[in-house]
Amino acid sequence: MYGEKVMDHFENPRNLGEIEDADGTAEVGNPECGDTMKIYLKIRDGVIEDVKFRTFGCAAAIASSSMATEMIKGKTVKEAWDLSNRAVAEALEGLPPQKLHCSVLAEDAIHRAINDYRVKQGLEPWEESGGHREHHH
Amino acid sequence: MREKQKIDMTGDTRFIYMDNAATTPARKEVVEAILPFFSDNFGNPSSLYDFAKISGEAVGRARAQVASAIGAQPEEIYFTSGGTEADNWAIKGAAFANKEKGNHIITSQVEHHAVLHTTEWLEKQGFEVTYLPVDRYGMVNPEDVRAAITERTILVTIMTANNEVGTIMPVAEIGRIAREKGVLFHTDAVQAAGHIPIDVEEMNVDMLSISGHKFGGPKGTGALYIKKEREIDPLMHGGAQEKHSRAGTENVPGIVGIGKALELSFAEMERESKRISGLRDKLIQGLLDIPKTHLNGHPQVRLPNNVNVVFEYIEGEAILLMLNRRGIYASTGSACSSKSLDPSHVLTACGVPQEIIHGSLRLTLGQDTTEDDIEYVVENVRGVVQKLRNMSPLTTPELRE
Repeated sequence: MYGEKVMDHFENPRNLGEIEDADGTAEVGNPECGDTMKIYLKIRDGVIEDVKFRTFGCAAAIASSSMATEMIKGKTVKEAWDLSNRAVAEALEGLPPQKLHCSVLAEDAIHRAINDYRVKQGLEPWEESGGHREHHH
Repeated sequence: MREKQKIDMTGDTRFIYMDNAATTPARKEVVEAILPFFSDNFGNPSSLYDFAKISGEAVGRARAQVASAIGAQPEEIYFTSGGTEADNWAIKGAAFANKEKGNHIITSQVEHHAVLHTTEWLEKQGFEVTYLPVDRYGMVNPEDVRAAITERTILVTIMTANNEVGTIMPVAEIGRIAREKGVLFHTDAVQAAGHIPIDVEEMNVDMLSISGHKFGGPKGTGALYIKKEREIDPLMHGGAQEKHSRAGTENVPGIVGIGKALELSFAEMERESKRISGLRDKLIQGLLDIPKTHLNGHPQVRLPNNVNVVFEYIEGEAILLMLNRRGIYASTGSACSSKSLDPSHVLTACGVPQEIIHGSLRLTLGQDTTEDDIEYVVENVRGVVQKLRNMSPLTTPELRE
Protein backbone atom coordinates (compact mmCIF):
# COMPACT_ATOMS: atom_id res chain seq x y z
CA MET A 1 0.00 0.00 0.00
CA TYR A 2 2.73 2.51 0.92
CA GLY A 3 5.87 3.45 -1.01
CA GLU A 4 9.37 3.32 0.44
CA LYS A 5 9.49 7.07 1.16
CA VAL A 6 6.36 6.88 3.29
CA MET A 7 7.65 3.81 5.12
CA ASP A 8 10.95 5.59 5.79
CA HIS A 9 9.26 8.64 7.33
CA PHE A 10 6.97 6.32 9.23
CA GLU A 11 9.68 4.08 10.74
CA ASN A 12 12.18 6.95 11.17
CA PRO A 13 10.18 10.15 11.64
CA ARG A 14 12.15 13.40 11.51
CA ASN A 15 11.66 16.16 14.13
CA LEU A 16 9.97 13.98 16.72
CA GLY A 17 9.60 15.59 20.14
CA GLU A 18 8.58 18.77 21.93
CA ILE A 19 9.87 22.35 22.26
CA GLU A 20 9.45 23.67 25.79
CA ASP A 21 9.52 27.38 25.01
CA ALA A 22 7.81 27.15 21.65
CA ASP A 23 6.62 30.31 19.91
CA GLY A 24 3.57 28.62 18.45
CA THR A 25 1.89 25.32 19.30
CA ALA A 26 -1.24 23.48 18.23
CA GLU A 27 -2.98 20.19 18.74
CA VAL A 28 -5.34 19.07 15.99
CA GLY A 29 -7.51 16.04 15.49
CA ASN A 30 -8.91 14.41 12.39
CA PRO A 31 -12.52 13.47 13.09
CA GLU A 32 -12.59 11.00 10.19
CA CYS A 33 -10.34 8.48 11.83
CA GLY A 34 -9.22 9.79 15.21
CA ASP A 35 -5.68 10.86 14.26
CA THR A 36 -4.10 13.52 16.51
CA MET A 37 -1.05 15.72 15.91
CA LYS A 38 0.72 18.09 18.27
CA ILE A 39 3.18 20.57 16.75
CA TYR A 40 5.71 23.03 18.23
CA LEU A 41 7.31 25.93 16.32
CA LYS A 42 10.38 28.00 17.13
CA ILE A 43 10.32 31.21 15.07
CA ARG A 44 13.13 33.78 14.69
CA ASP A 45 12.94 36.80 12.41
CA GLY A 46 9.92 35.40 10.60
CA VAL A 47 11.68 32.09 9.87
CA ILE A 48 10.81 28.64 11.23
CA GLU A 49 14.02 27.94 13.13
CA ASP A 50 12.93 24.65 14.61
CA VAL A 51 9.86 22.42 14.57
CA LYS A 52 8.92 19.32 16.56
CA PHE A 53 5.85 17.10 16.51
CA ARG A 54 4.12 14.06 17.96
CA THR A 55 1.39 12.15 16.15
CA PHE A 56 -1.14 9.48 17.05
CA GLY A 57 -2.35 7.81 13.88
CA CYS A 58 -1.68 5.44 11.05
CA ALA A 59 1.50 5.25 8.99
CA ALA A 60 0.23 7.91 6.55
CA ALA A 61 -0.46 10.31 9.40
CA ILE A 62 2.96 9.81 10.99
CA ALA A 63 4.81 10.01 7.68
CA SER A 64 2.87 13.13 6.61
CA SER A 65 3.66 14.84 9.91
CA SER A 66 7.34 13.99 9.58
CA MET A 67 7.58 15.17 5.96
CA ALA A 68 5.59 18.36 6.62
CA THR A 69 7.87 19.40 9.48
CA GLU A 70 10.92 18.74 7.29
CA MET A 71 9.44 20.89 4.54
CA ILE A 72 8.76 23.95 6.72
CA LYS A 73 12.04 23.95 8.63
CA GLY A 74 14.07 27.00 7.61
CA LYS A 75 11.19 28.47 5.62
CA THR A 76 9.47 31.79 6.31
CA VAL A 77 6.22 31.74 8.22
CA LYS A 78 4.35 32.69 5.03
CA GLU A 79 6.00 29.86 3.06
CA ALA A 80 5.17 27.42 5.85
CA TRP A 81 1.55 28.62 5.85
CA ASP A 82 1.31 27.98 2.10
CA LEU A 83 2.41 24.36 2.38
CA SER A 84 -0.48 22.28 1.09
CA ASN A 85 -1.31 18.69 2.03
CA ARG A 86 -0.95 17.87 -1.66
CA ALA A 87 2.65 19.06 -1.63
CA VAL A 88 3.32 16.86 1.39
CA ALA A 89 1.78 13.85 -0.36
CA GLU A 90 3.85 14.57 -3.47
CA ALA A 91 7.03 14.85 -1.42
CA LEU A 92 6.21 11.45 0.01
CA GLU A 93 5.96 10.18 -3.58
CA GLY A 94 2.26 9.62 -3.22
CA LEU A 95 -0.29 8.37 -0.74
CA PRO A 96 -3.10 5.89 -1.46
CA PRO A 97 -6.32 7.85 -2.23
CA GLN A 98 -8.09 6.70 0.94
CA LYS A 99 -5.10 7.99 2.96
CA LEU A 100 -4.88 11.48 1.50
CA HIS A 101 -7.01 12.82 4.35
CA CYS A 102 -4.20 11.95 6.77
CA SER A 103 -1.93 14.56 5.16
CA VAL A 104 -4.51 17.27 5.90
CA LEU A 105 -3.74 16.82 9.61
CA ALA A 106 -0.23 18.25 9.22
CA GLU A 107 -1.43 21.20 7.14
CA ASP A 108 -4.08 22.03 9.78
CA ALA A 109 -1.58 21.72 12.61
CA ILE A 110 0.90 24.07 10.92
CA HIS A 111 -1.85 26.66 10.32
CA ARG A 112 -3.06 26.52 13.88
CA ALA A 113 0.46 26.75 15.30
CA ILE A 114 1.28 29.73 13.08
CA ASN A 115 -1.91 31.47 14.18
CA ASP A 116 -1.12 30.66 17.80
CA TYR A 117 2.25 32.40 17.25
CA ARG A 118 0.61 35.37 15.49
CA VAL A 119 -1.95 35.87 18.25
CA LYS A 120 0.83 35.68 20.87
CA GLN A 121 2.62 38.41 18.88
CA GLY A 122 -0.53 40.54 18.95
CA LEU A 123 -1.22 39.95 15.25
CA GLU A 124 -4.47 38.93 13.55
CA PRO A 125 -4.69 35.22 12.83
CA TRP A 126 -4.67 34.31 9.14
CA GLU A 127 -7.79 32.86 7.60
CA GLU A 128 -7.92 29.20 6.65
CA SER A 129 -8.91 29.27 2.99
CA GLY A 130 -9.86 25.62 2.69
CA GLY A 131 -9.77 26.13 -1.06
CA HIS A 132 -6.52 24.37 -1.81
CA ARG A 133 -7.29 21.30 0.24
CA GLU A 134 -7.27 18.06 -1.68
CA HIS A 135 -8.54 14.99 0.03
CA HIS A 136 -11.28 12.45 -0.28
CA HIS A 137 -14.16 11.86 2.10
CA MET B 1 8.42 -21.35 -1.50
CA ARG B 2 7.05 -18.72 0.84
CA GLU B 3 8.60 -15.28 0.48
CA LYS B 4 10.33 -14.52 3.76
CA GLN B 5 10.33 -11.05 5.22
CA LYS B 6 13.69 -9.63 6.22
CA ILE B 7 14.07 -8.42 9.75
CA ASP B 8 16.39 -5.54 10.65
CA MET B 9 19.45 -6.15 12.73
CA THR B 10 20.00 -9.85 13.04
CA GLY B 11 19.52 -10.64 9.33
CA ASP B 12 17.24 -13.43 10.50
CA THR B 13 14.28 -14.08 8.17
CA ARG B 14 11.00 -14.99 9.80
CA PHE B 15 7.47 -15.66 8.61
CA ILE B 16 5.21 -15.58 11.62
CA TYR B 17 1.65 -15.80 10.45
CA MET B 18 -0.71 -14.68 13.20
CA ASP B 19 -3.83 -14.01 11.16
CA ASN B 20 -5.41 -17.47 10.97
CA ALA B 21 -8.84 -16.01 11.66
CA ALA B 22 -8.55 -14.20 8.33
CA THR B 23 -7.49 -17.34 6.48
CA THR B 24 -5.35 -20.43 6.87
CA PRO B 25 -2.93 -22.16 4.54
CA ALA B 26 -4.46 -25.20 2.83
CA ARG B 27 -2.96 -28.32 4.41
CA LYS B 28 -0.60 -30.48 2.41
CA GLU B 29 -2.94 -33.51 2.68
CA VAL B 30 -5.82 -31.37 1.46
CA VAL B 31 -3.94 -30.17 -1.63
CA GLU B 32 -2.88 -33.76 -2.38
CA ALA B 33 -6.45 -34.99 -2.03
CA ILE B 34 -7.93 -32.41 -4.40
CA LEU B 35 -5.36 -32.37 -7.21
CA PRO B 36 -6.70 -35.44 -9.07
CA PHE B 37 -10.09 -33.76 -9.40
CA PHE B 38 -8.91 -30.90 -11.57
CA SER B 39 -7.72 -32.65 -14.70
CA ASP B 40 -7.91 -36.39 -14.09
CA ASN B 41 -11.23 -37.14 -12.42
CA PHE B 42 -12.74 -33.97 -13.80
CA GLY B 43 -16.23 -35.26 -14.52
CA ASN B 44 -19.41 -33.35 -13.76
CA PRO B 45 -21.15 -35.30 -10.96
CA SER B 46 -24.52 -34.84 -12.70
CA SER B 47 -23.42 -36.65 -15.86
CA LEU B 48 -24.62 -40.20 -16.42
CA TYR B 49 -21.49 -42.07 -17.50
CA ASP B 50 -19.21 -44.12 -15.24
CA PHE B 51 -16.38 -41.63 -15.40
CA ALA B 52 -18.53 -38.94 -13.78
CA LYS B 53 -19.47 -41.25 -10.91
CA ILE B 54 -15.95 -40.87 -9.55
CA SER B 55 -16.57 -37.17 -8.93
CA GLY B 56 -20.04 -37.85 -7.56
CA GLU B 57 -18.71 -40.38 -5.08
CA ALA B 58 -15.97 -38.00 -3.98
CA VAL B 59 -18.60 -35.36 -3.24
CA GLY B 60 -20.59 -37.95 -1.30
CA ARG B 61 -17.55 -38.90 0.77
CA ALA B 62 -16.86 -35.25 1.56
CA ARG B 63 -20.46 -34.76 2.57
CA ALA B 64 -20.16 -37.65 5.02
CA GLN B 65 -16.87 -36.26 6.38
CA VAL B 66 -18.45 -32.88 7.09
CA ALA B 67 -21.57 -34.42 8.61
CA SER B 68 -19.57 -36.67 10.87
CA ALA B 69 -17.47 -33.78 12.18
CA ILE B 70 -20.53 -31.82 13.30
CA GLY B 71 -22.83 -34.61 14.46
CA ALA B 72 -25.20 -34.35 11.49
CA GLN B 73 -26.52 -36.66 8.77
CA PRO B 74 -24.93 -36.41 5.30
CA GLU B 75 -28.26 -35.45 3.74
CA GLU B 76 -28.33 -32.39 5.99
CA ILE B 77 -25.11 -30.96 4.50
CA TYR B 78 -25.21 -28.61 1.51
CA PHE B 79 -22.05 -27.29 -0.12
CA THR B 80 -21.66 -23.59 -0.87
CA SER B 81 -18.98 -21.20 -2.10
CA GLY B 82 -18.09 -20.22 1.44
CA GLY B 83 -19.31 -18.99 4.81
CA THR B 84 -20.71 -15.79 3.34
CA GLU B 85 -22.95 -17.67 0.93
CA ALA B 86 -24.04 -20.07 3.68
CA ASP B 87 -25.01 -17.12 5.91
CA ASN B 88 -26.83 -15.33 3.11
CA TRP B 89 -28.73 -18.46 2.17
CA ALA B 90 -29.70 -19.46 5.70
CA ILE B 91 -30.96 -16.01 6.63
CA LYS B 92 -32.62 -14.96 3.38
CA GLY B 93 -33.91 -18.48 2.78
CA ALA B 94 -35.52 -18.68 6.22
CA ALA B 95 -36.88 -15.14 5.99
CA PHE B 96 -38.61 -15.55 2.66
CA ALA B 97 -39.86 -19.08 3.35
CA ASN B 98 -41.57 -17.85 6.53
CA LYS B 99 -42.73 -14.38 5.61
CA GLU B 100 -46.39 -15.40 5.89
CA LYS B 101 -45.75 -16.45 9.49
CA GLY B 102 -43.95 -13.29 10.54
CA ASN B 103 -41.29 -10.75 9.65
CA HIS B 104 -39.11 -10.42 12.75
CA ILE B 105 -35.51 -11.58 12.94
CA ILE B 106 -33.23 -11.51 15.98
CA THR B 107 -29.47 -11.29 15.72
CA SER B 108 -26.57 -9.70 17.66
CA GLN B 109 -24.49 -6.57 17.25
CA VAL B 110 -21.26 -8.51 16.91
CA GLU B 111 -22.08 -10.76 13.96
CA HIS B 112 -19.86 -10.91 10.90
CA HIS B 113 -20.83 -8.54 8.09
CA ALA B 114 -22.07 -11.52 6.07
CA VAL B 115 -24.89 -11.72 8.62
CA LEU B 116 -25.33 -8.01 9.43
CA HIS B 117 -25.37 -6.74 5.86
CA THR B 118 -27.83 -9.51 5.01
CA THR B 119 -30.18 -8.52 7.83
CA GLU B 120 -29.80 -4.85 6.91
CA TRP B 121 -30.79 -5.70 3.35
CA LEU B 122 -33.78 -7.68 4.66
CA GLU B 123 -34.88 -4.61 6.62
CA LYS B 124 -35.12 -2.79 3.30
CA GLN B 125 -37.32 -5.64 2.06
CA GLY B 126 -39.78 -5.09 4.91
CA PHE B 127 -38.41 -7.35 7.63
CA GLU B 128 -37.85 -6.11 11.18
CA VAL B 129 -34.57 -6.93 12.85
CA THR B 130 -33.53 -6.74 16.49
CA TYR B 131 -29.78 -6.38 17.03
CA LEU B 132 -29.13 -7.64 20.56
CA PRO B 133 -26.45 -5.88 22.58
CA VAL B 134 -23.56 -7.79 24.15
CA ASP B 135 -21.71 -7.46 27.42
CA ARG B 136 -18.17 -6.12 27.70
CA TYR B 137 -16.81 -9.52 26.68
CA GLY B 138 -18.91 -9.59 23.53
CA MET B 139 -21.20 -12.26 24.97
CA VAL B 140 -24.92 -12.49 24.14
CA ASN B 141 -27.27 -13.13 27.05
CA PRO B 142 -29.73 -15.94 26.23
CA GLU B 143 -32.39 -14.19 28.33
CA ASP B 144 -32.15 -11.21 25.98
CA VAL B 145 -33.01 -13.57 23.14
CA ARG B 146 -36.01 -14.88 25.07
CA ALA B 147 -37.19 -11.36 25.84
CA ALA B 148 -36.89 -10.27 22.21
CA ILE B 149 -38.94 -13.11 20.72
CA THR B 150 -42.48 -12.11 19.65
CA GLU B 151 -45.24 -13.96 17.75
CA ARG B 152 -43.83 -12.42 14.60
CA THR B 153 -40.31 -13.78 15.12
CA ILE B 154 -39.29 -16.29 12.44
CA LEU B 155 -35.52 -16.54 12.88
CA VAL B 156 -32.78 -16.14 15.44
CA THR B 157 -29.22 -15.96 14.10
CA ILE B 158 -26.32 -15.77 16.59
CA MET B 159 -22.74 -16.75 15.83
CA THR B 160 -21.03 -19.64 17.58
CA ALA B 161 -17.79 -17.75 18.21
CA ASN B 162 -16.74 -14.23 17.37
CA ASN B 163 -14.05 -13.73 14.75
CA GLU B 164 -12.61 -10.56 16.28
CA VAL B 165 -12.53 -11.08 20.02
CA GLY B 166 -12.85 -14.86 20.11
CA THR B 167 -15.73 -15.05 22.60
CA ILE B 168 -17.71 -18.29 22.39
CA MET B 169 -21.47 -17.72 22.62
CA PRO B 170 -23.91 -19.77 24.76
CA VAL B 171 -25.33 -21.32 21.60
CA ALA B 172 -26.94 -24.43 23.14
CA GLU B 173 -28.89 -22.29 25.61
CA ILE B 174 -30.00 -19.88 22.90
CA GLY B 175 -30.98 -22.80 20.68
CA ARG B 176 -33.04 -24.31 23.49
CA ILE B 177 -34.95 -21.06 23.89
CA ALA B 178 -35.56 -20.70 20.16
CA ARG B 179 -36.80 -24.28 19.91
CA GLU B 180 -39.10 -23.79 22.89
CA LYS B 181 -40.64 -20.81 21.10
CA GLY B 182 -40.84 -22.56 17.73
CA VAL B 183 -38.40 -20.15 16.06
CA LEU B 184 -35.73 -21.26 13.61
CA PHE B 185 -32.18 -20.90 14.93
CA HIS B 186 -29.16 -20.38 12.67
CA THR B 187 -25.58 -20.03 13.83
CA ASP B 188 -22.58 -18.73 11.92
CA ALA B 189 -19.94 -21.26 12.99
CA VAL B 190 -17.32 -20.03 10.54
CA GLN B 191 -14.69 -19.31 13.21
CA ALA B 192 -15.66 -22.21 15.44
CA ALA B 193 -15.74 -25.17 13.04
CA GLY B 194 -12.49 -27.07 13.01
CA HIS B 195 -11.36 -25.37 16.23
CA ILE B 196 -13.88 -26.26 18.94
CA PRO B 197 -16.27 -29.24 19.09
CA ILE B 198 -19.49 -28.75 17.14
CA ASP B 199 -22.55 -30.95 17.64
CA VAL B 200 -25.70 -29.73 15.96
CA GLU B 201 -27.95 -31.77 18.26
CA GLU B 202 -26.33 -30.46 21.44
CA MET B 203 -26.37 -26.93 20.07
CA ASN B 204 -30.10 -27.12 19.24
CA VAL B 205 -29.50 -25.49 15.86
CA ASP B 206 -31.59 -25.67 12.72
CA MET B 207 -28.92 -24.26 10.43
CA LEU B 208 -25.17 -23.83 10.73
CA SER B 209 -22.59 -22.18 8.41
CA ILE B 210 -18.99 -23.24 7.95
CA SER B 211 -16.12 -22.02 5.75
CA GLY B 212 -13.32 -24.22 4.43
CA HIS B 213 -10.45 -21.76 4.37
CA LYS B 214 -10.70 -21.17 8.12
CA PHE B 215 -9.51 -24.69 8.96
CA GLY B 216 -6.94 -25.60 6.35
CA GLY B 217 -9.31 -26.10 3.44
CA PRO B 218 -9.40 -24.22 0.14
CA LYS B 219 -10.83 -20.74 -0.22
CA GLY B 220 -14.17 -20.57 -1.99
CA THR B 221 -15.65 -23.54 -0.13
CA GLY B 222 -18.22 -23.77 2.60
CA ALA B 223 -21.29 -25.62 3.75
CA LEU B 224 -24.69 -25.02 5.27
CA TYR B 225 -26.18 -27.57 7.64
CA ILE B 226 -29.97 -27.61 7.44
CA LYS B 227 -31.79 -29.84 9.89
CA LYS B 228 -33.97 -32.48 8.26
CA GLU B 229 -37.55 -31.30 7.66
CA ARG B 230 -36.62 -27.63 7.94
CA GLU B 231 -37.35 -25.88 4.66
CA ILE B 232 -35.87 -22.65 3.45
CA ASP B 233 -35.99 -20.94 0.05
CA PRO B 234 -32.95 -21.52 -2.17
CA LEU B 235 -30.52 -18.69 -2.77
CA MET B 236 -29.04 -20.10 -5.96
CA HIS B 237 -31.63 -21.13 -8.51
CA GLY B 238 -30.77 -23.24 -11.51
CA GLY B 239 -29.91 -26.90 -11.95
CA ALA B 240 -30.86 -29.72 -9.64
CA GLN B 241 -27.67 -29.95 -7.62
CA GLU B 242 -27.75 -30.37 -3.83
CA LYS B 243 -31.29 -31.77 -3.98
CA HIS B 244 -32.57 -28.73 -5.94
CA SER B 245 -31.52 -26.48 -3.04
CA ARG B 246 -28.29 -24.99 -4.26
CA ALA B 247 -27.81 -24.87 -8.01
CA GLY B 248 -24.47 -24.85 -9.73
CA THR B 249 -22.09 -27.55 -10.83
CA GLU B 250 -20.36 -28.82 -7.72
CA ASN B 251 -16.88 -27.48 -7.05
CA VAL B 252 -15.58 -31.02 -6.79
CA PRO B 253 -11.94 -30.23 -5.95
CA GLY B 254 -13.07 -27.66 -3.39
CA ILE B 255 -15.61 -29.99 -1.83
CA VAL B 256 -13.09 -32.81 -1.58
CA GLY B 257 -10.80 -30.28 0.10
CA ILE B 258 -13.24 -29.01 2.69
CA GLY B 259 -14.21 -32.57 3.61
CA LYS B 260 -10.61 -33.63 4.05
CA ALA B 261 -9.69 -30.50 5.99
CA LEU B 262 -12.57 -30.84 8.43
CA GLU B 263 -11.90 -34.54 8.92
CA LEU B 264 -8.27 -33.82 9.79
CA SER B 265 -9.17 -30.91 12.08
CA PHE B 266 -11.73 -32.99 13.89
CA ALA B 267 -9.29 -35.85 14.44
CA GLU B 268 -6.62 -33.55 15.87
CA MET B 269 -8.90 -31.15 17.69
CA GLU B 270 -8.44 -32.29 21.25
CA ARG B 271 -4.66 -32.35 21.08
CA GLU B 272 -4.30 -29.27 18.93
CA SER B 273 -6.70 -27.04 20.81
CA LYS B 274 -4.90 -27.87 24.05
CA ARG B 275 -1.55 -26.99 22.49
CA ILE B 276 -2.79 -23.77 20.93
CA SER B 277 -4.68 -22.61 24.03
CA GLY B 278 -1.46 -22.97 25.94
CA LEU B 279 0.39 -20.81 23.44
CA ARG B 280 -2.51 -18.36 23.33
CA ASP B 281 -2.45 -17.91 27.10
CA LYS B 282 1.32 -17.45 27.08
CA LEU B 283 0.93 -14.77 24.41
CA ILE B 284 -1.87 -13.03 26.32
CA GLN B 285 0.23 -13.01 29.47
CA GLY B 286 3.23 -11.60 27.63
CA LEU B 287 1.19 -8.83 26.03
CA LEU B 288 -0.69 -7.89 29.20
CA ASP B 289 2.71 -7.31 30.81
CA ILE B 290 3.01 -4.25 28.59
CA PRO B 291 1.54 -1.31 30.56
CA LYS B 292 -1.85 0.13 29.57
CA THR B 293 -2.81 -2.98 27.60
CA HIS B 294 -6.25 -4.60 27.85
CA LEU B 295 -7.66 -7.92 26.66
CA ASN B 296 -10.77 -7.95 24.47
CA GLY B 297 -13.26 -10.80 24.57
CA HIS B 298 -13.94 -13.24 27.37
CA PRO B 299 -10.79 -14.27 29.27
CA GLN B 300 -11.77 -17.95 29.48
CA VAL B 301 -14.66 -18.67 27.14
CA ARG B 302 -12.73 -17.86 24.01
CA LEU B 303 -11.45 -19.60 20.90
CA PRO B 304 -8.21 -21.51 21.50
CA ASN B 305 -6.36 -19.50 18.85
CA ASN B 306 -7.60 -15.96 19.49
CA VAL B 307 -5.73 -13.08 21.12
CA ASN B 308 -7.16 -9.57 20.86
CA VAL B 309 -5.76 -6.66 22.86
CA VAL B 310 -5.82 -2.88 22.83
CA PHE B 311 -2.78 -0.72 23.53
CA GLU B 312 -3.55 2.79 24.76
CA TYR B 313 -2.05 5.82 23.02
CA ILE B 314 -1.18 4.21 19.66
CA GLU B 315 -2.91 3.20 16.44
CA GLY B 316 -3.48 -0.26 14.95
CA GLU B 317 -2.49 0.15 11.32
CA ALA B 318 0.82 1.60 12.43
CA ILE B 319 1.31 -1.39 14.75
CA LEU B 320 0.58 -3.82 11.92
CA LEU B 321 2.95 -2.19 9.46
CA MET B 322 5.83 -2.20 11.92
CA LEU B 323 5.11 -5.84 12.77
CA ASN B 324 4.95 -6.60 9.04
CA ARG B 325 8.51 -5.33 8.68
CA ARG B 326 9.52 -7.71 11.44
CA GLY B 327 7.90 -10.70 9.75
CA ILE B 328 4.79 -10.83 11.93
CA TYR B 329 1.38 -10.80 10.20
CA ALA B 330 -1.69 -9.81 12.22
CA SER B 331 -4.81 -7.66 12.03
CA THR B 332 -6.54 -4.76 13.78
CA GLY B 333 -9.95 -3.26 14.44
CA SER B 334 -8.70 0.27 13.87
CA ALA B 335 -10.70 2.64 11.70
CA CYS B 336 -7.64 3.66 9.68
CA SER B 337 -7.15 0.10 8.54
CA SER B 338 -10.65 -0.39 7.16
CA LYS B 339 -11.85 0.71 3.72
CA SER B 340 -14.90 2.33 5.28
CA LEU B 341 -12.90 4.19 7.94
CA ASP B 342 -15.29 2.67 10.50
CA PRO B 343 -13.77 1.26 13.65
CA SER B 344 -14.56 -2.33 14.60
CA HIS B 345 -18.29 -2.72 15.24
CA VAL B 346 -17.50 -5.62 17.57
CA LEU B 347 -15.21 -3.62 19.85
CA THR B 348 -17.72 -0.77 19.75
CA ALA B 349 -20.50 -3.15 20.86
CA CYS B 350 -18.24 -4.39 23.69
CA GLY B 351 -18.11 -0.82 24.95
CA VAL B 352 -14.42 -0.24 24.27
CA PRO B 353 -13.93 3.56 24.14
CA GLN B 354 -13.43 4.91 20.61
CA GLU B 355 -9.94 6.30 21.25
CA ILE B 356 -8.77 2.93 22.48
CA ILE B 357 -10.41 0.85 19.72
CA HIS B 358 -7.92 2.34 17.30
CA GLY B 359 -5.07 0.71 19.18
CA SER B 360 -6.35 -2.85 18.84
CA LEU B 361 -4.30 -5.82 17.68
CA ARG B 362 -5.66 -9.26 16.83
CA LEU B 363 -3.30 -12.23 16.71
CA THR B 364 -4.78 -15.60 15.77
CA LEU B 365 -2.53 -18.63 16.10
CA GLY B 366 -2.42 -21.68 13.87
CA GLN B 367 -0.99 -25.08 13.06
CA ASP B 368 2.47 -23.67 12.39
CA THR B 369 2.70 -21.48 15.49
CA THR B 370 5.50 -22.46 17.87
CA GLU B 371 6.53 -21.41 21.37
CA ASP B 372 9.50 -19.70 19.82
CA ASP B 373 7.13 -17.63 17.67
CA ILE B 374 5.24 -16.51 20.77
CA GLU B 375 8.41 -15.26 22.41
CA TYR B 376 9.47 -13.46 19.26
CA VAL B 377 6.04 -11.85 18.89
CA VAL B 378 5.94 -10.64 22.50
CA GLU B 379 9.41 -9.15 22.23
CA ASN B 380 8.69 -7.37 18.96
CA VAL B 381 5.23 -6.14 19.93
CA ARG B 382 6.77 -4.70 23.07
CA GLY B 383 9.36 -2.88 20.94
CA VAL B 384 6.83 -1.61 18.40
CA VAL B 385 4.43 -0.40 21.09
CA GLN B 386 7.21 1.52 22.81
CA LYS B 387 8.38 3.04 19.53
CA LEU B 388 4.87 4.23 18.65
CA ARG B 389 4.22 5.46 22.18
CA ASN B 390 7.33 7.61 21.90
CA MET B 391 5.81 9.19 18.78
CA SER B 392 2.34 9.75 20.24
CA PRO B 393 1.16 13.02 21.85
CA LEU B 394 -1.23 11.00 24.02
CA THR B 395 1.36 8.94 25.87
CA THR B 396 1.72 9.79 29.54
CA PRO B 397 5.21 11.04 30.51
CA GLU B 398 6.12 8.03 32.64
CA LEU B 399 5.61 5.70 29.67
CA ARG B 400 7.96 7.59 27.37
CA GLU B 401 11.49 6.35 26.79
